[in-house]
Amino acid sequence: MGPVIELDRLVVRLGERTILDGLSGALSGRAIGLLGPNGAGKSTLINTLLGFHPAASGSVRVFGADVREKKALRRLIGYMPESDAFISHMTGVRFVRYMAELAGLPAQAALERAHEAFFYVGLGEARYRKLGTYSLGMKQLAKLAQAIAHGPRLLLLDEPTNGLDPPARQRMIRLIREIRDAGQMHILISSHLLRDVEETCEEVVILKEGRIAAQCDLESERRSNRKFVELETAGSATSFTSAVQGLGAECAFYPNGHGLARVKVVLPDEVEMRELFRLAAVHDVQIRRMNYRRDSLEDIFLAAMKENGGAGGRP
Amino acid sequence: MAVHKRAYRPYEGPLTAERGRFLVLPRYGLLELFESRLLTAFFVLCFVPVLIGASAIYIANSPAARALLEMSSAPDFVRKPDFFFAILTLQGGLAFLLTAWVAPVLVSPDLVNGALPLYLSRPFTRVEYVLGKATVLLTLLSAITWVPMLLLFALEAGLAEGWGTANVRIAAAVFAGSWVWILVLTLLGLAISAWVRWRVVASGALAGVFFMGAAFGEMWREVLNGPWGRLANLYYLVGLVWRSLFGLFTSRSMAQEMFNERGRDLPTWAAWAGLAAAALLSVWLLERRLRAREVVS
Repeated sequence: MGPVIELDRLVVRLGERTILDGLSGALSGRAIGLLGPNGAGKSTLINTLLGFHPAASGSVRVFGADVREKKALRRLIGYMPESDAFISHMTGVRFVRYMAELAGLPAQAALERAHEAFFYVGLGEARYRKLGTYSLGMKQLAKLAQAIAHGPRLLLLDEPTNGLDPPARQRMIRLIREIRDAGQMHILISSHLLRDVEETCEEVVILKEGRIAAQCDLESERRSNRKFVELETAGSATSFTSAVQGLGAECAFYPNGHGLARVKVVLPDEVEMRELFRLAAVHDVQIRRMNYRRDSLEDIFLAAMKENGGAGGRP
Repeated sequence: MAVHKRAYRPYEGPLTAERGRFLVLPRYGLLELFESRLLTAFFVLCFVPVLIGASAIYIANSPAARALLEMSSAPDFVRKPDFFFAILTLQGGLAFLLTAWVAPVLVSPDLVNGALPLYLSRPFTRVEYVLGKATVLLTLLSAITWVPMLLLFALEAGLAEGWGTANVRIAAAVFAGSWVWILVLTLLGLAISAWVRWRVVASGALAGVFFMGAAFGEMWREVLNGPWGRLANLYYLVGLVWRSLFGLFTSRSMAQEMFNERGRDLPTWAAWAGLAAAALLSVWLLERRLRAREVVS
């Protein structure tokens, strides 16, 4: 499979300011996260992919097509903007149908897809209500519905969880994961929330001041971190850690008093997690808590921000 | 329709032709406009002058109808260009009111809630957007101007033998004059709606452009005793154009007009230029405003 997005020394200027400064790279994940502090250039990159902002120099290709071929490209794209984007006096289903027709679907197919999209995002019951009466979370979901109704190959989501309360955010994240796992389209998610990207993406590009500060394959990071385990134990941690080391694992423990200890383990690839439980049973040790290392993206992000003079972005 | 499955499936069906896709906008636009009973009622009222005109033509050509109304002679004013000019002037005024009502309804909702990026993220250009929205106005304004007026012409031509061929100029004037006004109104209406964004304010601004322009033009004429301030009076300008098209106005030479400060009327070429300038200014305003993303330098 070829890359979804190819950037070749892309420079974008808005007025006098250089917003994207020589971006190069190829992105090919099923779900790609675009991270960065506010003003890093995430939305500008999305707008450039849509052809809203012209490149001052360099080029961008999406599925091999140059973004200057706007019409051909936009047939492949579904876009959910960051800010409000709806027609308040229209009912939800009419709005999505309207947008699907503008994308080229015949009226009947557009109506059918609009209903399906509304049920898919969980707004089936509200589809005949006017968009102006929707809550913020519902508006976000309606924006997602219009972005997927015409069946794009690439879905651009600009801050999809912006302003959502925790349940609404969870629903949005679940939907994005479902879309990703269905395997019908690629997703590019722009966000400044590490957790959103970590929960949904396989590949991450971190932008800082218009440049790519880091790019990594989250899936392989997850695989490499999966064997890094932190335990809280009660009982004889000394004999337990010795037994774990006997498996070929790196292991260290830190007594917390009252027979409790914190144990950090890096398991070799061939050793399964259940071996820890077996050894704990043998050595009469309770495993009271177990954590996988989950802060890999945060580490990568902070490292990227520290480079070239510390954290922070363009004001 | 498998809505109960709640599973995403890609679209693999046919697509509509790109060339005619802008027509989606007028289809939805007209549907929404006529959901308003008030607008529908006003639109129907716009045909009253034409119906009165049709009645007058029928009476003038029907001895039975005249006898019923106890009229001794047939009125011949219906056969003169002035009759059609008067109806066109009335319909032109109604077209302005309809534009002030409809144009903001078409454009403002897209801009107030930021829907424009959604249109333009599809295989759909800004030109197609303007064309689609303009088609709504072109359709409505045509329906109350040149279409019924050409039917009036056809009615008179059908009832009075030989009149039609002798007065083809009237039909041409109705058609061309209506289109000049329709184009100016459409572009100006869309441009002002795009800049003002709020519906009521946009309608007010459009009315302001016409009424303040007219007031300014008349004030100029009275204070400076010259006609050039009337360039701001669009309704007056189109009236001059119509008069020249109907042959009711004989323009003097350009040189005479330019140096005739005390003249009451502008030269016809100035009226054409004024209307063209208004249309071009509107196109420029639309080009500046209708963008997916605003860039503040």
